[in-house]
Amino acid sequence: MPEVALTSTAEEAMRTPAERMAVGFARVLRGVGVSVPVSRVTNFVEALTRLGIDQRDHVYWAGRSTLLGDPEDLTAYDRAFAVFWEHRSATGLSVQLPPITITLATDAPEDDDGDPDGDGQREAHGPTLRVRYSDVETLREKDFVQCSDAELAELHRLMGSLKFTSTTRPSRRLVPARKRTRRPDLARTVRRALATGGEPIRREFRATDRRPRRLVLLLDVSGSMEPYARALIRFAHAAVVGRTRVEAFTIGTRLTRVTRELTSRDPDAALRGAAASVQDWSGGTRLGQTLREFNDQWGVRGHARGAVVVVLSDGWDRGTPELLSEQMERLHRVTYRLVWVNPLKHTPGYAPLARGMAAALPHVDEFVEGHSFDSLTRLAEVISA
Amino acid sequence: MFSHPATPDDVRVALAEQGYLPDDGIAMSVFLAVTMGRPLLLEGDAGVGKTELAKALASWTGGELIRLQCYEGIDATQALYEWDYTRQLLHLRTAEAIGVSATDGAALEDELYSDRFLIRRPLLRAIGYDGEALPVLLIDEVDRADDEFEAFLLEVLSDYSVTVPELGTITAATPPLVVITSNRTRDVHDALKRRCLYHWVAHPDLDREVEIVRLRVDGIDEILARQVAAAVAAMRDLGLYKPPGVAETIDWGTALGKLGTSILDETTIAATLGTVLKYREDQDRVTEVGIDMIMAAIEGA
Repeated sequence: MPEVALTSTAEEAMRTPAERMAVGFARVLRGVGVSVPVSRVTNFVEALTRLGIDQRDHVYWAGRSTLLGDPEDLTAYDRAFAVFWEHRSATGLSVQLPPITITLATDAPEDDDGDPDGDGQREAHGPTLRVRYSDVETLREKDFVQCSDAELAELHRLMGSLKFTSTTRPSRRLVPARKRTRRPDLARTVRRALATGGEPIRREFRATDRRPRRLVLLLDVSGSMEPYARALIRFAHAAVVGRTRVEAFTIGTRLTRVTRELTSRDPDAALRGAAASVQDWSGGTRLGQTLREFNDQWGVRGHARGAVVVVLSDGWDRGTPELLSEQMERLHRVTYRLVWVNPLKHTPGYAPLARGMAAALPHVDEFVEGHSFDSLTRLAEVISA
Repeated sequence: MFSHPATPDDVRVALAEQGYLPDDGIAMSVFLAVTMGRPLLLEGDAGVGKTELAKALASWTGGELIRLQCYEGIDATQALYEWDYTRQLLHLRTAEAIGVSATDGAALEDELYSDRFLIRRPLLRAIGYDGEALPVLLIDEVDRADDEFEAFLLEVLSDYSVTVPELGTITAATPPLVVITSNRTRDVHDALKRRCLYHWVAHPDLDREVEIVRLRVDGIDEILARQVAAAVAAMRDLGLYKPPGVAETIDWGTALGKLGTSILDETTIAATLGTVLKYREDQDRVTEVGIDMIMAAIEGA
């Protein structure tokens, strides 16, 4: 916690060597969510021993070069620096620390019966739930909105069993080939020739390899998607864990990259983290705007190039449809395949009338449902095809 | 002659002499990279001067700039070393033609894997460098290579030695100054990042950019340089698909110099926009929406 470091800095600065200051600062940095491995701290110590700690700019830039590894951490670094080295107010810090818990759970019927005792409630509903458990077939087709917490938990477990295989593309990497190709493998030919007394009897060949295409998931977490967001982020989690080269972002309110959170940590925590970074939750969906951010910062630069990109959203957008249309077109130009998953699509009589959806649709290769486990299974197939 | 810098300011002065104007952050990163002997990982938008920095460093140290351009599928045979198989085959043929007996087989094999058949690729050249001055190894656009290649790179960069099974281990007498650049099309692996000092190269501020333009564009006068830099800075605020980098500013300045322009006006901007902006949408945006902002920025400059 920052407080620990703060109280110790002022007096100790007089007598402590650079090491303790460096370690203390690293702790503050970790406190604001920057990952700082020990080896980086050692680098920082080494830098400080050479430079001393009497010049603000030296310490600032030495810390930036040695402690950081991501431009996203710059803001956190600046704040931590101000607090630790310049004793400025910590207002910026406290905002970041406690994760704001926003319940994204669906309204399960149990929640409405006014029973304040949560445990008693679960016991009371136990038998009914068990019946539902066994009825996996029905559950698989059930709309996420209508699922109870327990049913969702069961579905989340099921999602771990989803199979994600990758679409491949030709790579520039050359591998040994069995058949004759147009690329001779001289290295292997020479080695084999040595075995036959320097006579190259058999010629060897190489061929291009195939590599998996990147899969990019863009998950809308804006207000209107609340009922689906929790299930869909589990889906994203299953994809990130289940195959290589997957990137996941949350869009809708603010662009946040959640790939790292999804690789190891609890997916619910990842969603909470994304929710916590949203400043104005009720401010409405900014699909076009966040897509634009994605295109600028990640997509067009390389993450979406030649990739299968999946947008999971209901298409509600408070921004101008022109912006969304323009950004979808731009995204479509660099992707291999652009898939839009709309949880509302299965609704009888659904027509893509939401302005955002109508604007995006011309630039989409596949338009699929995503309201239930079954539809997500089909989505996994579409992605793999 | 290259001497180790005593402060980051020495780095600034030395690089400025080579025609590269670093900001505080770059000066500090380079200072630490040189004194601590660590690779320097530079990330940033295209055209902010990452590769230029490596070139300036090489002309500062007086050593060779050894460049390894990464691309997908790059492997040890293109980065480290390869045997010259065609010549080896030819050698085998010659040996056969002049009638080398079977007892000479082992000797023949030794000959095949000797230094004369070794093709040295950039990494081996940097490690086996035997010149006087400190060489600069530029590993350009590492994000284009595969993840597996990074693991290989990590191994080479951690002890600056390379083992060629047929020849033995080659260790660097003086480890090269290593600069790694990435455009961030994907994340560089943490293990590699941890080995390196890191710097995110940002666009320069207005005054620095004016200096850069004046330094890099022959015969440009200060007023035009200031106008160009101000216009580019204004463009970066327009939210374009590809905000122009320093490289584009220099290109633009050069183009205007060739045209004999002395004052930047709307017509000149429209005519030369292609040197700064490479997207049709960006050009439209500037001519339709942004031109007033740019003109205002130019007048304020």
